[in-house]
Amino acid sequence: MELVEAIILAVLAASTPLLIAATGELVTERSGVLNLGVEGMMIVGAACGFAGAWLTGSIFIGALFGIVAGTLMSLIFALMALGLAVNQVATGLALTILGIGLSGLIGAGFVGERITPAVHLAIPGLTGIPLIGRVLFGEDAFVYFSIALIIGVWWFLYRTRAGLILRACGDNHVSAHALGYPVLRIRTFAVMFGGACAGLAGAYLPLAYTPFFIPGMTAGRGWIALALVVFSSWRPGRLVVGAYLFGAVTILQLHAQGWGVGIPSQFMSALPYLATVIVLVLLSRARTGGSTAPAALGTVFVPDR
Amino acid sequence: MQLVLEKRAERSNTIALVSPLIAIGLTIVTMTVLFAILGKNPLLALHAYFIAPLTDSYSLQEIAVKATPLVMIAIGLSLCYLANAWNIGAEGQFLIGAVAGSWIAVKTQGTDAGAWVLPAMLVLAAAAGALYALIPAICKVKFGASEILTSLMLVYVADLFLDYLVRGPWRDPQGFNFPTTAEFDPVATVPLLIEGGRLHLGSIIALLVVAAAAILLGRTIKGFEIRVVGAAPRAARFGGFNANQLIILTFAVSGALAGLAGIIEVAGPVGHLQPGISPGYGFTAIIVAFLGRLNPLGILIAGLFLALTFIGGEQAQIAMKIPLDVTKVFQGILLFYVLACDSLILYRFKLVFPNRQVARGTG
Repeated sequence: MELVEAIILAVLAASTPLLIAATGELVTERSGVLNLGVEGMMIVGAACGFAGAWLTGSIFIGALFGIVAGTLMSLIFALMALGLAVNQVATGLALTILGIGLSGLIGAGFVGERITPAVHLAIPGLTGIPLIGRVLFGEDAFVYFSIALIIGVWWFLYRTRAGLILRACGDNHVSAHALGYPVLRIRTFAVMFGGACAGLAGAYLPLAYTPFFIPGMTAGRGWIALALVVFSSWRPGRLVVGAYLFGAVTILQLHAQGWGVGIPSQFMSALPYLATVIVLVLLSRARTGGSTAPAALGTVFVPDR
Repeated sequence: MQLVLEKRAERSNTIALVSPLIAIGLTIVTMTVLFAILGKNPLLALHAYFIAPLTDSYSLQEIAVKATPLVMIAIGLSLCYLANAWNIGAEGQFLIGAVAGSWIAVKTQGTDAGAWVLPAMLVLAAAAGALYALIPAICKVKFGASEILTSLMLVYVADLFLDYLVRGPWRDPQGFNFPTTAEFDPVATVPLLIEGGRLHLGSIIALLVVAAAAILLGRTIKGFEIRVVGAAPRAARFGGFNANQLIILTFAVSGALAGLAGIIEVAGPVGHLQPGISPGYGFTAIIVAFLGRLNPLGILIAGLFLALTFIGGEQAQIAMKIPLDVTKVFQGILLFYVLACDSLILYRFKLVFPNRQVARGTG
């Protein structure tokens, strides 16, 4: 029982950064913009988040630093991909390369430092319930926030007029423009939301997952978040399932290493990446009937006047 | 009043020519600010980065050595990008090439194997790199899976595989437990061009690759097909060009070149297989490809320039304690400026004064 509870807790913790980053990217892509720079925005969010928390002693301010850093990074992307109509794939790659360098530069002074990680909820009587107590009532604020975030995004996309307009921009920017909607402005906000989420997801790593910063600590999570959006068919509900599945794969391989299964640890570590490839193949194959991606995803839009 | 982007009637050839220079200029201005923020004398730092490496023969050779893998990988990537196929996993193909070639070197270690060893290593590395690149290409063509994500995921897999080999079966028994193979035998080593120097045969191979790519793109039907499929997919379909076949082809070629670059790096400057053989060559090569405007000659120049920043970055670290990450920031900023300036080839800025009719809903 103890072990099951520990595994569920670990899966939730490993899934949360994926879920937050993927939620942001889902909104960005729903508006028709493919931002491949999630990894770069995350790693800068991690460095700035840790710096903020270490300097102020507050996890909350650290998280805010991460959000602001991610948003600023996404603004560079918006300026390039939306303002200057540059190829979105190339711009996203540039953002990741820049982010990895910047995070090393920002985080260099903080390597080896430690902070007190985010506190976990404790409600007398509830948190102590066996098996489900700590899972439901003993998480850190990030976990609860990530769930609120994806529910909020679902509600926004499918239950509000603004969400409908955002999806319209993603499916047909020419029509949305013809109806008088400011396509580029809407997309800029969507990109900024994606950046804020990626920054927060990055900040989660040194603030709650491990209480220290190491360069490159996102280890491809930004790319996995991108794959998760494809996995979800751009739907919030499936995104939650995907994020927890991937978190489970990550934790499973860690535990398998611990149990001393006779497989070299490197092969187990490769599992989440291989799983991503296999899932992408299976899903794309199943979807040959028609694409569920936003129709205008990744295409350049320059309004004619 | 607002500044908007407007499509040019024709692409501007003047801007196409000067845009990389503008980009480099803007990057240097940005770096000056960054150095000042870091509390370093910007002039001294820029000197350490861009001038100092050009003043002694050791550094000049080192630039050519660093440019070798960058140029070889970037040439392959440029073919992919021209055909609108997004291979961003060259780093993984580089590592797999290094591993495959090293296999022969490790297995023939200490035997009296002859001069066939090095050529066999090069061929096997190229084949392995091509096969590794074919995984995302086939997933793309057969199943429609995003080649961007699959090729990138395979980088992590290759990295872990190499790590396993040098910590496990291939570890040098006399290596004090360091994760590395034994030093390769002389027959398994890329020969130096100048005795006692750093320059090796790989640089010549890189030049041959540049020449071959220039001929392919400029003088052959295949090269024409690659350019048309990327630039005008609809026209290419009418022309009967097979886009899927070209994705397979360009991925295979770029994988082979990355794999070749990998084994040349391991059997040349490094001398043995170990983790961290690449300071991100596969990713920097993306910048090289774009800075070189996806043109073979341009890539050669861009490769030398980015190699200069690697060497300059190392010297600036030693002389002025400037962190090595500054080099990565520099490369990222450079790619941004290159892409931004390229946008001005097709578009131009225009000031508009919205009147009542168009004021609604333009943004």
